[in-house]
Amino acid sequence: MSKKPVLEAKNILKTYGRVVALDDASLQLFPGEVLAVVGDNGAGKSTLIKCLTGAEVPDAGSIEIDGQEVHFRRPQDGRHAGIETVYQTLAVSPALDIASNLFLGREIRKKGPLGSIFRMLDQAGMKKAAKEEIMALGIGTIQNISQAVETLSGGQRQAVAVARAATFGQKLIILDEPTAALGVRESAQVLKLIQTLRDRGIPVILISHNMPQVFEVADRIHVQRLGRRAAVVTPKTHTMNDVVGIMTGALKVEEKDQTLQPIR
Amino acid sequence: MSTEVAYDAATEFMNRDSFSTKVQNTLHRYPWLSSAIVLAIALVVFGRFNENFLTPNNFSLILQQVAIVGAVAAGQTIIILTAGIDLSCGAMTVFVAMVMATLTFKNGVPPVLSFIIGLLLGVASGAFNGFLVTKVKLPPFIVTLGTLNIFVALTLIYSKGRTVRNTEVDPFFVLLGKYIDIGEFRITTGVVAVIFLYLILAFSLRFTGWGRHVYAVGDDIEAARLAGISVNRVLMSVYSLAGLVFAFTAWVQIGRVTAASPNVGGDLNLDSITAVVIGGTSLFGGRGAIFGSFLGAILVGVFRNGLTLAGVDLYYQILAVGVLILFAVSVDQWIRKARS
Repeated sequence: MSKKPVLEAKNILKTYGRVVALDDASLQLFPGEVLAVVGDNGAGKSTLIKCLTGAEVPDAGSIEIDGQEVHFRRPQDGRHAGIETVYQTLAVSPALDIASNLFLGREIRKKGPLGSIFRMLDQAGMKKAAKEEIMALGIGTIQNISQAVETLSGGQRQAVAVARAATFGQKLIILDEPTAALGVRESAQVLKLIQTLRDRGIPVILISHNMPQVFEVADRIHVQRLGRRAAVVTPKTHTMNDVVGIMTGALKVEEKDQTLQPIR
Repeated sequence: MSTEVAYDAATEFMNRDSFSTKVQNTLHRYPWLSSAIVLAIALVVFGRFNENFLTPNNFSLILQQVAIVGAVAAGQTIIILTAGIDLSCGAMTVFVAMVMATLTFKNGVPPVLSFIIGLLLGVASGAFNGFLVTKVKLPPFIVTLGTLNIFVALTLIYSKGRTVRNTEVDPFFVLLGKYIDIGEFRITTGVVAVIFLYLILAFSLRFTGWGRHVYAVGDDIEAARLAGISVNRVLMSVYSLAGLVFAFTAWVQIGRVTAASPNVGGDLNLDSITAVVIGGTSLFGGRGAIFGSFLGAILVGVFRNGLTLAGVDLYYQILAVGVLILFAVSVDQWIRKARS
């Protein structure tokens, strides 16, 4: 790839006491791609992502965005840098409506003294923007932007969370197991959203356990194993079995030519 | 393809709301509606029992009677919206009232200054509750159970159990006991002040980012945190503001009874929670409207007053309030069940 990475993490080390969660882990994300991050439990997927968003501070190593080194201390830092995360726990507020959820924590105030002195929210403006974003993402099943999120299905709720990320994610969007709590049909909706995001040119990191889904949407697959990057493969050159093999250590990847060697 | 069709048919079926679902949805949207309906029915029924009930004179009396509970319920509402609870509110109100009145009467502090010191004391007391909830991470119930006793004790220690009588209270503190008569209807400055308090809080909850964050924190604290809301800051602001409201209530209270006594207001905490719950605000946080609490306070007042005028024994009045609470909480539970 000739393009410069949007995000590059180099040689990240993160330990929790004696437990080494990340050991010399690296990750590259290129513009406009969907990068899946897969790995067995305890491979360090979550820790790696937390380091990228600022939820955890790495002990060593560097993170660069567009070639500029960054040091995130808090999740807000990552957010300011244009990194948005969608959590598997559906981090939406059930009783609030869709528009309120989209702008939660980043409300827009009215212009003039009504906003600056009386701190009034620009509710009409936020509703309009929310509606546009929902339409642009093609979430047509949501009819009323003023309806409470709890009246939506799981897939629609996740769509609201993705829409929020898409509204504010300038650089990249991270989806942490976005379909873990969803049914087949709803998962398909979310996968479609991921493709819409890619079509917009926003790079996406997708953390998932679900191999068929990963192979459906990912451009490249980053396989995490024992706290480091075991391999980066593509759905075109490798099969699901290959990836599972790398994940579990049954297959070994030669660093240089990326060919697979079964371990005896 | 065929499954797609089947699914759509199923959704179509689900979308055909039954009558009870429609009622649920409406109540879900306007949680104070059930108390408004009960209030309307109560007015008609009590009006039939006693001709003195539906008079301007009687209504102004009810408003004066519920003003103090209503004011405390305003502060209680914002705390309950965050899924908290404040058992110390009444004790805090009495504590501030005693400090305000005594500072001026005993120490000769200018009344306006005593008033400001009282308000600051309320904020500090509320902030102390907030600190224990956010930093020490104790449940609000336990925190305020502890501070309830602390405020009661501080009141008695400070005042030595002595009332500042109406001859001793500075005129400034009874300003909210003044009234104007509009025909038969007597409106006190205290009632007007409480209505203004509600207007300000309702505005803040409805139209500002802070208000939205209060609801979000009560609704799902983890989701609020992940959305980038400083949850602890919101909680601190809520408990401190509630403290300010309780301190303000102290002023209303001195105005109403034209005295400051350490032995009144013991039931204000439970009465305010009653008003909030009857007003449709959920004890689980995140849903409700502050005007509902005022409605709830009035509803309790109307029941007590109406039952008295109908010649019903006091014991049965307490029974009626108990039934009202259970009714309100059952309705809340019913609405919530419909949605999850």
